[in-house]
Amino acid sequence: MTEIITPPIKSSIGRTVRTEEMLLNMGPQHPSMHGVLRLELVIDGEIVVDVVPQIGYLHRCFEKHAESMTNYQQVVPYVDRMDYCAAMNMDFGYVIAVEKLLGIKVPERVEYIRVIMAELQRIASHLIAAGTYGLDIGAWTPFLYMFRDRERILDLYEMTCGARLLYNYMWVGGVSHDLPPGFIDKAKDFCKYFRPKIEEYNNLLSFNEIFIKRTANVGVLPADVAIAYGVSGPVLRGSGVNFDLRRDDLYSIYNRFEWEPQIGKGEMGTVGDCWDRYIVRIREMEQSINIVEQALNQIPDGDVASAIPKRIRPNPGDVYARTESARGELGFYVVSDGSGKPFRVKGRSPCFVHLSVLPEISRGSMIADMIAIAGSLDIVLGEVDR
Amino acid sequence: MEQLLRNILDNDFFVYTAMAIVPLLWILPYALGVIWLERKVSAHMQDRLGPMRTGGWHGWAQTIADMMKLLQKEDIVPAAADKKLHTLAPYLMFIGAYAVYATIPFSSDYIGSDLNIGLFYIVAVSSITAVAILMSGWSSNNKWSLLGAMRSVAQIVSYEIPTILALLAVVMIAGTLNLQEINKMQTGWFWNWFVFQKFPFIFIAFIIYFVASLAETNRTPFDIPEAESEIVAGYITEYSGMKFAMFMLSEFVNMFAVSAIAATVFLGGWNSPFGEFMSGPVWGVFWFLSKGMFFVFIQMWLRWTLPRLRVDQLMYVSWKVLTPWAFACIVCVGLWMML
Repeated sequence: MTEIITPPIKSSIGRTVRTEEMLLNMGPQHPSMHGVLRLELVIDGEIVVDVVPQIGYLHRCFEKHAESMTNYQQVVPYVDRMDYCAAMNMDFGYVIAVEKLLGIKVPERVEYIRVIMAELQRIASHLIAAGTYGLDIGAWTPFLYMFRDRERILDLYEMTCGARLLYNYMWVGGVSHDLPPGFIDKAKDFCKYFRPKIEEYNNLLSFNEIFIKRTANVGVLPADVAIAYGVSGPVLRGSGVNFDLRRDDLYSIYNRFEWEPQIGKGEMGTVGDCWDRYIVRIREMEQSINIVEQALNQIPDGDVASAIPKRIRPNPGDVYARTESARGELGFYVVSDGSGKPFRVKGRSPCFVHLSVLPEISRGSMIADMIAIAGSLDIVLGEVDR
Repeated sequence: MEQLLRNILDNDFFVYTAMAIVPLLWILPYALGVIWLERKVSAHMQDRLGPMRTGGWHGWAQTIADMMKLLQKEDIVPAAADKKLHTLAPYLMFIGAYAVYATIPFSSDYIGSDLNIGLFYIVAVSSITAVAILMSGWSSNNKWSLLGAMRSVAQIVSYEIPTILALLAVVMIAGTLNLQEINKMQTGWFWNWFVFQKFPFIFIAFIIYFVASLAETNRTPFDIPEAESEIVAGYITEYSGMKFAMFMLSEFVNMFAVSAIAATVFLGGWNSPFGEFMSGPVWGVFWFLSKGMFFVFIQMWLRWTLPRLRVDQLMYVSWKVLTPWAFACIVCVGLWMML
């Protein structure tokens, strides 16, 4: 911990005035803590001397639950609830792990549907991240604009599987429902609708002078620190490291589309500041739209349920599969003992890692900066606590 | 108007009471209306509808319903709070906000008190709100309240300087601190308004005044004292029921007060923009309120568009941008008048 020592102030009457540090509990019921996070702040006036994140308020025993299920498929709804802002990405990671364990090859159409769903979910999740980030900085309006557009993605999901938040859509070996008629047209309409909206967000928030003042050069996370902490996803790319699991550890069919991982370039300040992390998310939404559009054009016909196994009983062994969720590297380590239920399921959550880097980059900043930094890390407590 | 009242009531006490109550006749309906308006303006800017049901037409009765709710709520004082200060603060806040209206001319025939140092009085009295905020923050015995109060007082005190300096530029031209006199000097077409005099220096002073007044009323982008994403609700955190309503009322009263001062000092107050067209004491009220409401609307507009500055950036804007520019304005106006 870096010590900030306040020099004692000599008052005019010759006595020394002592100043003290104050302990402040921020959360779990605090308007800008994303979910039930509690931060123990040691503050010296407005300066944050130290931050200790206290987690566990949303611990729901995911790993124990997974062991107590009667089969592998039943874990999917629990996985949904880990990162409730990006439930599709969570499903995707888990089913890929189990499929790897079973050695299943899923039909082409399923691969396409999964990519479309995962990328739409990435957009929806980044919309929440960027919108609530604006809210943290004090801008209300972008938040509602972004939620308005997220609503359209949720409509597409509702049309497909009936659920708007927690889908249980991806199953081991397939998906629960085929795309309904009219989905492809509606999704293409959405892509056409959404591109100009990104411009709107940029005009309203990203390039707003005050917003840049609040986020540029704030909470700089250098690339080496980011790698040392194991940070991943948009936070890592915001620090200028060009690493995206969709490209660098290929899974599903991401190599069939043309897209570019976006990295922070320090346009407004230093590489790895809050603005970089924010803008990486905005630009990733554009890339996701590209992927969705290409996938919608290429999607083949076929049966989505043909590869769904009747009984899932993998051979004894273990597997680790990692995917790029909206927040970073999401890994599932699944151990099988040869029975019909998982022996052990361990989730590697990106948000947990991001939270651990928070004290490192927010020491010595102001309280308002600390909020900006915590927001730019985009933490979902469901995933941190599991 | 004072003469008229004297004819009806032949007692000084009743006359002065009646004179003091007149602004209240505007403020209370205004507060009800403007809170509803703020919700509707924010709603339409954010692509939603806002209150639509209460009272029928576009939820016009929403504020009344909210007020009834606040009246019925339990009045909670935290156990460890300083009860006297905690109770006194919201009312002191309102007194500070309302006292400003004493020297604001609503029309050529009505001014609460025709002081010859009206502008000076306004600047002095509006500082009472800083005391009230500090009282509420300290007495709540809550760290968030204290942080909010400290921020707020620092902000109000430092933004008073550019405010005063900007107003001083006008006072130099007018040669008087009496607001009624200042208004009378701007009679005629709108190019007689002070904002267009000694162009562009008074115009710059006007912008400085408006920006600084946003900070004085704690509106975005300077709403740092009540930045809900940082320090919950700042000094209002521990207030509920009617006391909370008093704080809200004071905020909206303050909003109109700074708008009214901007309108009076820079934009001709109750003068019609078109010379003799639609001028007179009654039309004067109309023009004065319209100009005031226009600035209230701009404050809302900014609030729902801009993010919030940080504490140190706020101080930077005050001391290193607004204050030097305000000084420059004064010097330039002074030179212009000497030449």
